Amino acid sequence: MREKVPGPTSKAGSIPTKMGSWSTVKPVLKGRCTFCLFCWIFCPEGAISQDEANKVVLFNYEECKGCGICAHECPTKAIKMAEPEPRGGE
Amino acid sequence: MKLRNVSKEELYRCSYGCAGCASVLAVRLTLKVLGRNSVFVVPANCISTVSCYYPQAPFFVPMTVMAFAATGAALCGISAGFKRRGREDIHVVGFSGDGGTADIGIQSLSGAIDSGYKFIYICYDNEAYMNTGIQRSGLTPYGATTSTTPSPCFENRPKKDMMRIVAAHDIPYAATACTSYPLDYMQKVEKASKVNGPTYIHVLAPCPTGWGFPPERTIEIGRMAVESGMWQLMEFEGGEFRITHTPRRRRPVAEYFEAQARFRHLRLEEIEAIQREIDASR
Ligand SMILES: Cc1ncc(C[n+]2csc(CCOP(=O)(O)OP(=O)(O)O)c2C)c(N)n1
Ligand code: SF4
Ligand code: SF4
Ligand code: SF4
Repeated sequence: MREKVPGPTSKAGSIPTKMGSWSTVKPVLKGRCTFCLFCWIFCPEGAISQDEANKVVLFNYEECKGCGICAHECPTKAIKMAEPEPRGGE
Repeated sequence: MKLRNVSKEELYRCSYGCAGCASVLAVRLTLKVLGRNSVFVVPANCISTVSCYYPQAPFFVPMTVMAFAATGAALCGISAGFKRRGREDIHVVGFSGDGGTADIGIQSLSGAIDSGYKFIYICYDNEAYMNTGIQRSGLTPYGATTSTTPSPCFENRPKKDMMRIVAAHDIPYAATACTSYPLDYMQKVEKASKVNGPTYIHVLAPCPTGWGFPPERTIEIGRMAVESGMWQLMEFEGGEFRITHTPRRRRPVAEYFEAQARFRHLRLEEIEAIQREIDASR
């Protein structure tokens, strides 16, 4: 008798673990954002989204790894890397 | 193509890649162009490793991890299958590292281009076998230190010219790119996706871990590679090469080297020799 092969157990696009826990610093919008979208296109994690109504970018801290590319590439230096709140309980 | 019109859908998220990884960025940008209607073949490399921590599956499209040497063969097989089913609208994409392309998978790539099947082969080039601990590959540039070419006996062979190798196959479309020039890269992926045959894109993807620079400088370092002439953005189409981007200002190669730990051992006369070679090739 042939053994039954189990079907796929992890679907494409399953992300139970959000990688934001890796970050030691996080980007914060402090200065004037011209909505040029440079930070958005360069973020390797896709952790930046566009708030089209207010013409600013938003950060998804659950998925941001804190690499600092967005702050480094922002032409108006509007993004500052800030220490995140200390995580407790671990 | 304008940044405003680029797809907002994120189809590659929460990989286990290092912070600031340009190879991860390359996958994200590729999927922004090709969308959900694509399947990926990824041999052993950083991208397959950081995308397969069960049950995490960062690719939002089907992907298969392929034996190192078989990316090209897998692309042909999948492409042939889709053709038989009349589904040539699906993009069949290979995503292989520099080692998987220029060394271990080169015969398979050669055979695949020769077969004439429709696929996009993307070589993301972080200039060493990063996943296993920074060993030199055929695409490691002259002068770099790796774990197998430590200082003072650094890499003493030039970077293999993959573009001339694929061009020698009379490939319908090939291009080089860099993740620091995302629109240029995405336009090339789009162009490749419309070709009814094999295509090759070679994207330089700086690696903070292996090259030795802080993660926030990933984009800057890629820009320096192009501005110093260490990397050129070009296309091969209709039997001819064409430069797609000429840097407005040229940087001395010394600036590019100083920014990375892998070149820090180079002496002034060695840097000057590399600079002379770059100047002569322009
Ligand atoms: C036939 C075979 N040899 C060796 C390995 C071990 N191996 C896995 S990933 C890897 C490095 C891949 O390097 P590259 O293709 O440059 O991609 P990168 O890791 O740099 O992204 C190696 C040597 C393997 N999986 N299969
Ligand atoms: S790079 Fe700076 S100015 Fe441009 S969208 Fe991002 S935060 Fe705004
Ligand atoms: S710090 Fe890095 S991961 Fe976080 S939002 Fe900025 S570019 Fe993205
Ligand atoms: S080692 Fe380099 S290529 Fe591999 S995941 Fe880390 S940054 Fe990316």
